[in-house]
Amino acid sequence: MENEKHHIVPYRVYAIVLLVLVVLTFLSIAITDIELGSYTVVGALLLASIKSSLVLTYFMHLKFDQPYIRIMVGFVLAVFIAVVIVTFFDYSFR
Amino acid sequence: MQASSKTPNDVSYLEYQGKHKGLWKWILSTDHKRIGLLYLYSMMTLFLVGVTLGLAMKFELIAPGKTIMEAKDYNAVFTVHGVIMIFMIVIPGLPAVFGNFMLPIMIGAKDVAFPKLNLLSWWVYIAGAILVISSVLFGDGSPDTGWTFYAPYSFKTGSNMLPAIFGAFVLGFSSILTGLNFIVTIHRMRAPGMTWTKMPLFPWTLYGTAWIQLLATPVVGITLVLVALERIFGIGVFDPALGGDPILYQHLFWIYSHPAVYVMILPAMGAISEIIPTFSQKHIFGYKAIVASTLAIAFVGYFVWGHHMFTSGMSGTAQYTFSILTFLVAIPSAIKVFNWISTMYKGSINLQTPFYWAAGFIFVFMIGGLSGLVVGALATNVYLHDTAFVVAHFHFIVFGGVGFSFFGAIHYWFPKMFGRMYDATWANIGWLIFTTGFLALYSPMFYLGMQGMPRRYYDYLEEFHAANILSTLGSWVMTLGLIIILINLFRSAKSGPIAPKDPWKGKTLEWTVPSPPPLENFDQIPEYHEKDGPYEYQ
Ligand code: HEM
Ligand SMILES: [Cu+2]
Repeated sequence: MENEKHHIVPYRVYAIVLLVLVVLTFLSIAITDIELGSYTVVGALLLASIKSSLVLTYFMHLKFDQPYIRIMVGFVLAVFIAVVIVTFFDYSFR
Repeated sequence: MQASSKTPNDVSYLEYQGKHKGLWKWILSTDHKRIGLLYLYSMMTLFLVGVTLGLAMKFELIAPGKTIMEAKDYNAVFTVHGVIMIFMIVIPGLPAVFGNFMLPIMIGAKDVAFPKLNLLSWWVYIAGAILVISSVLFGDGSPDTGWTFYAPYSFKTGSNMLPAIFGAFVLGFSSILTGLNFIVTIHRMRAPGMTWTKMPLFPWTLYGTAWIQLLATPVVGITLVLVALERIFGIGVFDPALGGDPILYQHLFWIYSHPAVYVMILPAMGAISEIIPTFSQKHIFGYKAIVASTLAIAFVGYFVWGHHMFTSGMSGTAQYTFSILTFLVAIPSAIKVFNWISTMYKGSINLQTPFYWAAGFIFVFMIGGLSGLVVGALATNVYLHDTAFVVAHFHFIVFGGVGFSFFGAIHYWFPKMFGRMYDATWANIGWLIFTTGFLALYSPMFYLGMQGMPRRYYDYLEEFHAANILSTLGSWVMTLGLIIILINLFRSAKSGPIAPKDPWKGKTLEWTVPSPPPLENFDQIPEYHEKDGPYEYQ
């Protein structure tokens, strides 16, 4: 719309984000060498969440969007987390 | 928005000549109204296939033992019947047909936000349908897992599963694209003056539905991919022999498929919420409560999937959590029923075909909903799971709910869509016969289930015989009603009397444009002025 500001993100920021993503990818492979038991999944999911939030904030421009879009994404995230928690009502109590 | 446009808006969308000719004019059209009709015709065709399979099953069950098919064929028939009816009829259902056709008009827009994407979703839908059907026509044996594709059988069976699984996956994409399109359309393209609380209720339910389509469908997509990978490479996610967990499959499947039942029923409730005020000539009772309950159903519906798994061996904690959560969804559903009834109270009821369907909807929906509570309660579920009772429950809800609403909607919006009126007498006779057959077909299954007759078997004990005969006879009566309804509609679309702009004295925006609407719906985007909302009757 008319009064929207256009942010120009310097390439440097994108490059740094990319680098962090690559490092995290290697980290998620490396972590499988450590014996974490049932926390393996937690570790993998945690790293994946950090990565996807980086992609969402920078590459998908969430950081520069209007608040209501952020609210929607936040809501979706909340639903997702709740679904995972409810699933573990089964797995943690079997 | 531009104030006026140069496109010929004096011909209707049916007569409009675009770049293409003949069939191409339809299957390459990006006009939301034509896409709605494309869905209508494709779904009607597939529906008749599904009905034929249903009739075949009922014929098999007219007597114990083998009647017309072997056990293996029966398994294939109920699988293909379920896949067609669920993934190709009731999930796209009202959004694909009436959502596409009416949503832009009802919110005062010229089209959906992404018309090309809209056409693409129809093509994707057709591709998915062809894939599923190819699994029947080629390969060794039609899919026989049931529409639920439960692991580990779905990757162990020798039947032709891959095209069916992949087809369901592709159909999911169509659903996601439509959902995305509707969310953006509703956010961005409402007519000036139409605030959220002045938007009609059918668009509201499409909005709630679209969010479910967008968020839940990917889950089943990934799950089906995992089943395919399991089948091809034996990766061991669900296979207990490889350390996998078959119950995980059920979780993932129902995390989608329970919300999916709200994808089916919410727009159905939306259409009913349009029909009832129009034929009561009265302001809808509790507009805000209906909107809130729509959103509440969409939200709570995400957290009840476990009620399909009470006997699967999941933890006790999960069992009673899901049972409690399930009871919560009943509240917003009941709120809606009270609102519809209160709308009719002291209204000037106009007894026309759409109203009969809406009244029938409330009746069968309540039976379906209340029987849902019976199976939602943990203790009774253990007894009734996988019996004919469940089959009765979901046919009352899905066929009774979505089906009745669909027929109500088509009789309501038919004059707008085709510019002609149908023969009301035949339409009412069709409704009566259909409803009678419907009740005779599915009510006995409640009784049979309680007596312990399991579902998904081609055979049964002699003691179940009488009720099964009644049920099969019901399926014939219902089909007769269906034939009358369809013939009446087809004939009227061709040669019925010309329909006026607003045959029912409706108040929403679609009744302000000509029947059938011109290509771009409105010459000028309307300014929305209604003071308190979309249903201002005197
Ligand atoms: C003439 C119409 C219909 C008839 C005669 C019919 C009959 C049946 C029968 C006999 C079964 C199998 C019961 C068993 O498991 O032994 C069944 C299952 C089913 N039907 Fe229908 N039905 C009809 C319409 C519909 C419609 C419109 C829908 C969807 C909206 C639908 C959805 C289903 C589903 C999902 C199943 C379960 C499949 C499964 O669990 O494997 N049916 N139907
Ligand atoms: Cu459910």
